[in-house]
Amino acid sequence: MAQIAESGGGDHGKGKKRAKKGSTHVDMTPMVDLAFLLLTFFVLTSTFSKPKVMPLAYPAKPKITDPVPPKANNVTTFVLAGDKVYYYRGEFYPKSRPGANGPTELTEANFGSGENSVRKLLASWNEYVIKNKVVLDKKLDKKQISDSIYDAKLNDLTVEREAVKVLIKTDDKALCKSFIDLVDELKIASIGVIAPTDLTAGEKELLKAKN
Amino acid sequence: MPKIKMPKGTPSIDMTPMVDLAFLLVTFFMLTASFRNAEPVTVETPSSISDKIIPENILMVTLDKDGRVFFNLSDAEARKEMLNNMLQKYKIGLSEEKIEEFSFMSTFGCTMQELPAYMNTEAAKRASFPTQGIPSDSTKNELLDWLSFAATAAGNTGRTAFEEAKLKGGEPKMEEFKPKFILRVDSKTLYKDAQVVIDVFRDLNLNNLNFVTSAEAIPVN
Repeated sequence: MAQIAESGGGDHGKGKKRAKKGSTHVDMTPMVDLAFLLLTFFVLTSTFSKPKVMPLAYPAKPKITDPVPPKANNVTTFVLAGDKVYYYRGEFYPKSRPGANGPTELTEANFGSGENSVRKLLASWNEYVIKNKVVLDKKLDKKQISDSIYDAKLNDLTVEREAVKVLIKTDDKALCKSFIDLVDELKIASIGVIAPTDLTAGEKELLKAKN
Repeated sequence: MPKIKMPKGTPSIDMTPMVDLAFLLVTFFMLTASFRNAEPVTVETPSSISDKIIPENILMVTLDKDGRVFFNLSDAEARKEMLNNMLQKYKIGLSEEKIEEFSFMSTFGCTMQELPAYMNTEAAKRASFPTQGIPSDSTKNELLDWLSFAATAAGNTGRTAFEEAKLKGGEPKMEEFKPKFILRVDSKTLYKDAQVVIDVFRDLNLNNLNFVTSAEAIPVN
């Protein structure tokens, strides 16, 4: 307890009557109680972390007048179906028109961090960009290049021939969670070109065969 | 032998430092705390490694797990302009008071037909207002109108804020004052539903979207 005013002063014999020399302590307990009550309230109600945002640029809606876009190199397509994620690399070859390695097949991956996980796969496919990014990061740390140059260089790097570009396709049952998870994995693997697009008829057929 | 006397009276501790500290903390928390506006929907956002903090001037479309669409525009001035344009377009009347109230609300979601009833509902009860959210299908695309008016209005207020910042000195970047387009989806929302909203954005040629996510640790390898 806070100090409670005791009977201070006391008698000094029979001499002059003096004003009481009482101690001037105030009982602080209620105030302290209140202070801690407020403290607890604010600690419990305040939210520190503002929500974060993950930027994602969608391709512009194609106009009829647009020229046919050139075929990109090193494209990987991810297909999100329900809670599963499949992928195939390169162009799509239907059974009727198989490529050099036969028709395209969907391979299943997962969102863990072990074998066959999207993270491991992307890390190995996109090694070129990841390696070069480390060099850029070091330069930025040592202040050899400015932020804007870093951004521009990183952007150039992700569109290079060796860099992996990704198409994301989703079926009707795919959840936003898996979509965001996938985009997140792509960002971890420093993939700069991400384009969410629609499933083609051929891919739909492959998916049907999977389920 | 004299006995050892125990001191009489109340044992006392000087609490001043503790009280000082307590008040310091109270002050700190009071000044830093920001209260969230009441939201008509609860949305559990997915997590990502992104560390970009949500910007100031935003247009935010929220999708709950049933695919209902809600909308929020952060700037009060712009909200008023947007609402007036919407009321004019859909020929719906709303009192001056309610328009004022609307400009300070946060997320809302209802059809234009339901709007007067929605505004007349008590603020605390709006969360349980029976609605299907803002219609965004191709036959009755109210979301497209909201977004297009909102983008124009927020663009204007952003420009004004930019001019003001420029007058104050310093070198503000126009980029920071432009409205940003935010999509807040629940983890359990079907991507198909989100795609409908994304297509509305793309129809308006707004292709740079941001997904609201909660923070997640960056994996170390």
